[in-house]
Amino acid sequence: MLHLLDKPLAAAKPSRRSFLKLSAGAAGGLLIGLNMPYGSGAAKAAEGTAEFAQPFVHIRPDNKVVVISKHLDKGQGAATGLATLVADELDADRAQVEVEFAPSNPEVYKNLLFGLQGTGGSTAIANSFLQYREAGAAAKAMLVAAAAKQWEVDPASVTVEKGMVKHGSGKQATFGELAGAAALQDVPEKPKLKSPDEWVYIGKSFPRVDTKMKTVGAPSTYGMDVQHENMLVAVLARPPKFGSVPKTFDASEAKKVKGVIDVISVPSGVAVLAESTWPAIKARDLVEVEWDESAAETRSSSEMLADLKSMTGEPGLEAHVHGDAEAGLANAAKIVEADYTFPFLAHAPMEPLDATILFDGKSATVWTGSQLQTIDHNVTAGVLGLSPENVKIETLWAGGSFGRRAQPDSHPVAEAAHLAKAWADAGNAPRPIKVVWTREDDIKGGYYRPMVAHKVRVGLDADGNPLGWHHRVASKSILIGSPFEQFLVKEGVDETTAEGVTDMTYTVPGIRVEVHNAKTAVPVLWWRSVGHTHTAYVMETMIDRLAREAGKDPVDYRMALLKDDPRKLGVLKLAAEKAGWGDPLPQGRYRGVAVQKSFNTYVAEVAEISFREDGTVKVEKVTCAADCGIPVNPDNIRAQVEGAVGYGLGAILRNEITLTDGEVDQANFDTYLPIRISDMPQVEVHIVPSTEAPTGIGEPGTPPVGPAVANAIAAAKGEWVSELPLSKHGLA
Amino acid sequence: MAVNVTINGVERSIDTDPETPLLWVLRDELKMTGTKFGCGIAQCGACTVHLDGYPTRSCQTYLSDVEGASITTIEGVEGKAAEAVRAAWRELDVPQCGYCQSGQILAATALLTETPKPSDEDIDAAMDGNVCRCATYVRIRAAIHRAAETMEG
Repeated sequence: MLHLLDKPLAAAKPSRRSFLKLSAGAAGGLLIGLNMPYGSGAAKAAEGTAEFAQPFVHIRPDNKVVVISKHLDKGQGAATGLATLVADELDADRAQVEVEFAPSNPEVYKNLLFGLQGTGGSTAIANSFLQYREAGAAAKAMLVAAAAKQWEVDPASVTVEKGMVKHGSGKQATFGELAGAAALQDVPEKPKLKSPDEWVYIGKSFPRVDTKMKTVGAPSTYGMDVQHENMLVAVLARPPKFGSVPKTFDASEAKKVKGVIDVISVPSGVAVLAESTWPAIKARDLVEVEWDESAAETRSSSEMLADLKSMTGEPGLEAHVHGDAEAGLANAAKIVEADYTFPFLAHAPMEPLDATILFDGKSATVWTGSQLQTIDHNVTAGVLGLSPENVKIETLWAGGSFGRRAQPDSHPVAEAAHLAKAWADAGNAPRPIKVVWTREDDIKGGYYRPMVAHKVRVGLDADGNPLGWHHRVASKSILIGSPFEQFLVKEGVDETTAEGVTDMTYTVPGIRVEVHNAKTAVPVLWWRSVGHTHTAYVMETMIDRLAREAGKDPVDYRMALLKDDPRKLGVLKLAAEKAGWGDPLPQGRYRGVAVQKSFNTYVAEVAEISFREDGTVKVEKVTCAADCGIPVNPDNIRAQVEGAVGYGLGAILRNEITLTDGEVDQANFDTYLPIRISDMPQVEVHIVPSTEAPTGIGEPGTPPVGPAVANAIAAAKGEWVSELPLSKHGLA
Repeated sequence: MAVNVTINGVERSIDTDPETPLLWVLRDELKMTGTKFGCGIAQCGACTVHLDGYPTRSCQTYLSDVEGASITTIEGVEGKAAEAVRAAWRELDVPQCGYCQSGQILAATALLTETPKPSDEDIDAAMDGNVCRCATYVRIRAAIHRAAETMEG
């Protein structure tokens, strides 16, 4: 999501002032009350309480260690990662550790790289690595101090192992027994951290904290599961074209459905409020709405794509310049040119969007898989005219996100708040309202990975080495107009548009990268790995084209050009070695390779493919090498890369959102075809041992799979697919 | 007219619109939210339950269809195959977001009940209707094989 990580950590840390500006942008001037306390985030134990409650660690009398996760867990394993960090420094037993999500409180729970409370950009572990270890170490020191006092011994003689506090005299106590006394000890300012050789969980094994509940269908896990006494469910009739708003509506048929309570217009559509979900879904289709389409996008996606392609034919905004690209092209022995296009993509997380709100006129609580809590918080306060201390955000586990729940405009929560306000304004007694998005609402609802066009020209010398690289990217900016614009847009250039091209580390004497910002009412958003979803595809298939022109092996060609990027070189070598690159392949099998750095993590992948009788591609195996610094939780790193390979592969095989006269053609999983188990290759993940600071792993496995598969197809057929998805070419 | 149906071994009489999908009866009427809403058109399998032992999409099964039937959901599924599946799921940490996993577990349990030693092709055939957007498929496949091993032992 965000790319602050590409800068040194200290420089990336936004000041209090920038946080306030950011909040103002997000909520449209909703600064009221931001200087007031947000409430009880950092609970302090009072004299006599038996619970230890520091902001990031609670220890309960029943001996449970509860790690308070400031990050949303949407499957990427952040909750387990944070628990791993605390449990290690605390020397807790794995079995006593649980995780709860933090309340919304940016002062205590901000993402240190964003300056607000939120998750994304593969930053959860990177920004928490020291903070959560220190929290665990501090809790351990306080337990030790409490035990030493009770036993009247020197704290230095007290040890902690697997959840037990012990002394040589034979005295011992559980964490739970000491919790109350530990809570009264001074919090050490700089607790002593373990050295890496003392780690018991970090870099080793710490099973997920959420597996058990996810195998029994536990209640109240996800936002969609929220059930309250007297709750209403809302499903909205949404505009068929982006940018249109409801003008008038006729709900007479909808209101005849048993269980329907009311039909209310809000800015995003017309909401049916019912006693339960099914009548709301049924009645939603019976609402007749006349839409004001004066600001609507009415083009078809084919026209939009043609517009993007023609933009790449014209000079654009300068995004990156190194040396003289034109001179390199002018002096070239050979020029390789290519145009690429990428469609809109929906994220389609398994749990469609939802948000539940209770507004009593004075305060409000929102229950949702909140990914940017501070923005959800301020937007709720703004819509309802409340000061922030009267708003609570209850974060639940999320059924996937892939970027979809990180909304800079908090639109699902804003919608719930508008509905709660309209309900209250009509004089109704307060009732909880759950807004449910159906799958159709999700697929047709926008906030897509932008449609993108690239135009690339590379000049090679007589030996096939690149001399000049000229690259244009045209796409709607994700960040312009969002509260993140002030940090990540410079002179009109959104740094996510061409990331992965602008920071290329292949040795090229002259590089020029330009971008065009296309305009459309179709809302766009970061999609797992953001700009790298398309730039890795272009970069890595271009490099393969150049290798062919140079008559070199694709791995050898890359290695020669990556002399100055040892970590990229490291993953490339490891993936090639593990995949048996260069070894003869069985008849009908082909290999392709790709490597990309994203979110400061390096991933190389080798895809091995075959073709089915109908000519479609079967991806047999993907061998991956990842370098994400210190591997905090190796099994989760493997899981994230496995999943990222599947997620990226599904998209390039056959996913595209298209529009006809402004209306989305796809609606559900019958028309937006998700990757299934029969499509899934074997995936092997190798982790590079490292002592570097940990970086993210939620996204970086995604970018290389597309180009690795495309390069394998080119190895078989001699041509690179430059218009995605592969299904457009009979390949999927 | 109330519909009589057995859910997780408990006989119930449910008096709501008989054209309501079983999914919403379970989730909203009975507050059993382990069965998930993913697509509503039987394309993703998140809402899978066992209907008289067979894996069935509850979003396209109406209350009126289940008069006299026996339904098992994630909250109630048990027996040798279910226990092996849950244990393998936990051993291999299969779930990521977990939203599809109720359906995956019910589909895998039905597969192993019918075919205790499934091949990869059997797994593809039985599990292809269950979408996982986190693409935990590598581990789903491994966990089914693992569960098959433990059932043998």
